[in-house]
Amino acid sequence: MTLRANELTPPAVTPPGASAAPAVRLTEVSKAYRTSGGELLALDRVSLTVRDGEFACIIGASGCGKSTLLNLVAGLDKPTSGQVDTGERRVGLMFQEPALFPWLTAGRNVELALRARGVPKAERREKVAELLEVVRLTGFADKRPHELSGGMRQRVALARALAQDADVLLMDEPFGALDAMTRDMLHDEIERICADRTLTVLFVTHNVREAARLGDRVVVLSSRPGRVIAEYPVPRLGPRRIDSPEVAKLAAELTDRLREEMGRHGN
Amino acid sequence: MATDQALYGLDNLELGPAHDRDPARLARKAWAASWPKLLAIALVLLIWQIVHVTGWKHFVLKGPGTVLPDLWQMVRHEQLWAAIGVTMQRALIGYLVALLVGSAIGLLVARIPPLRAALGSIITGLQTMPSIAWYPFAIILFTQGEAAIVFVMIMGAAPSIANGLITGVDYTPPLLLRAGRTMGLRGLNLYRYLVLPASLPAYVAGLKQGWAFAWRSLMAGELVVSIVGPPGLGVLLNSNQNDLDFAGATSIIIVILIIGIVVDMLFTKADRALRRRRGLLDPSATG
Repeated sequence: MTLRANELTPPAVTPPGASAAPAVRLTEVSKAYRTSGGELLALDRVSLTVRDGEFACIIGASGCGKSTLLNLVAGLDKPTSGQVDTGERRVGLMFQEPALFPWLTAGRNVELALRARGVPKAERREKVAELLEVVRLTGFADKRPHELSGGMRQRVALARALAQDADVLLMDEPFGALDAMTRDMLHDEIERICADRTLTVLFVTHNVREAARLGDRVVVLSSRPGRVIAEYPVPRLGPRRIDSPEVAKLAAELTDRLREEMGRHGN
Repeated sequence: MATDQALYGLDNLELGPAHDRDPARLARKAWAASWPKLLAIALVLLIWQIVHVTGWKHFVLKGPGTVLPDLWQMVRHEQLWAAIGVTMQRALIGYLVALLVGSAIGLLVARIPPLRAALGSIITGLQTMPSIAWYPFAIILFTQGEAAIVFVMIMGAAPSIANGLITGVDYTPPLLLRAGRTMGLRGLNLYRYLVLPASLPAYVAGLKQGWAFAWRSLMAGELVVSIVGPPGLGVLLNSNQNDLDFAGATSIIIVILIIGIVVDMLFTKADRALRRRRGLLDPSATG
């Protein structure tokens, strides 16, 4: 168990186009929950730095505390020990479910996020149209969530997250519930949007290919408790596709690493 | 961009064809919704007529052949409409007060945990209390008849309304709360933009149940409490019974029943519209 924790991780390479300033810095963050069966350690001394404009993917098997990690960064929860520092940055959060408000239209859902951060009414209308254009949903502003497909709902949720004017976007398996074809296209979209707006992204996923496809860096967490056990910088040489050979190669490597970790819990 | 084109195409494929507003289809739908109701009315009339023909308790139980013309006479007479006016005005006042009291209590109990611990089960208990049991007490407390009736209506309706709101607040999906907090909705804004709209379906269910209690309390009140002033439906029913005018009494009962059904239909309509907007209604269901 302790062997893994001591493993050295290669120093991450600064991806081109990103400045070296840290946007999110976690220092020795631990989080324990009290449960009926005693204390459960969800995160164990996790240290992680995400640079401005970096797309960091976090993968791990069940029980690696991914959601806990995002809640801490989003400020929805407090760490038991250690520090979470996002500076003065605004943090937006997106979930696996779109979590749209079913009584509001797509446009109104986005507008509510603007209203919540005090954007005056006169500007909201224009901003909503602009954000729906960003997620390619112009013309669907008046549809209610249940009238849209899963992929479209998730794009409304993305527009809503962008409406929070976040510098840091936390995504908790946002495409996990979508079919492969839709997911594939949303990868292209999210890549374009994040590059256009120089967003810092912390993207949690179960899907090794997705991580290899999207990340500037892939961070592997151990399970129960969650620790950083490996980091893989992904040099951005050109446009990537889910079926590119270098993506497949990294995905295979990540799979092996995760299986090894899961095997540790097998007996 | 190729991805955009593919994305637009996929969106269109997933949305499917638009709903048609074909008049023939709408007419079929209206017919499908109304024939069971018409059949039910016909059946009731048939059974009523059969009972009448057997001659069972014929002094009290008048047949449709006597009652329906009597009802028609009443409908053409001003007295019935005046009585309906008096009763509905009372119903409206009592219900509105119950609505305010119930909503305020519901919101406070949902918001403040100690209050919930103190009042939660009392509210449910009050809901099961038969309203007629309040009257002896209410008549002594409020010497004036009208106030006594409104008091009993509140005791009957407010707990249901409060409970509806409490249930709605409790069942606000935690995921939506997380989403709302991430957006920066806090305190009053969280309630205004998230918790209250999310509670609306349960609240409407509470309002509907509250109306049923209020209406029953009102009818009981008009029968047992003596009020000075123009007669309401309950008073009319009472005097018909005292005069042994059983055809008249049956007519009034039918009027009361119809009012109950109409108001219930309004609530059902509101509830369905609400659920349709939220995608909680099976689109293939009729109505």
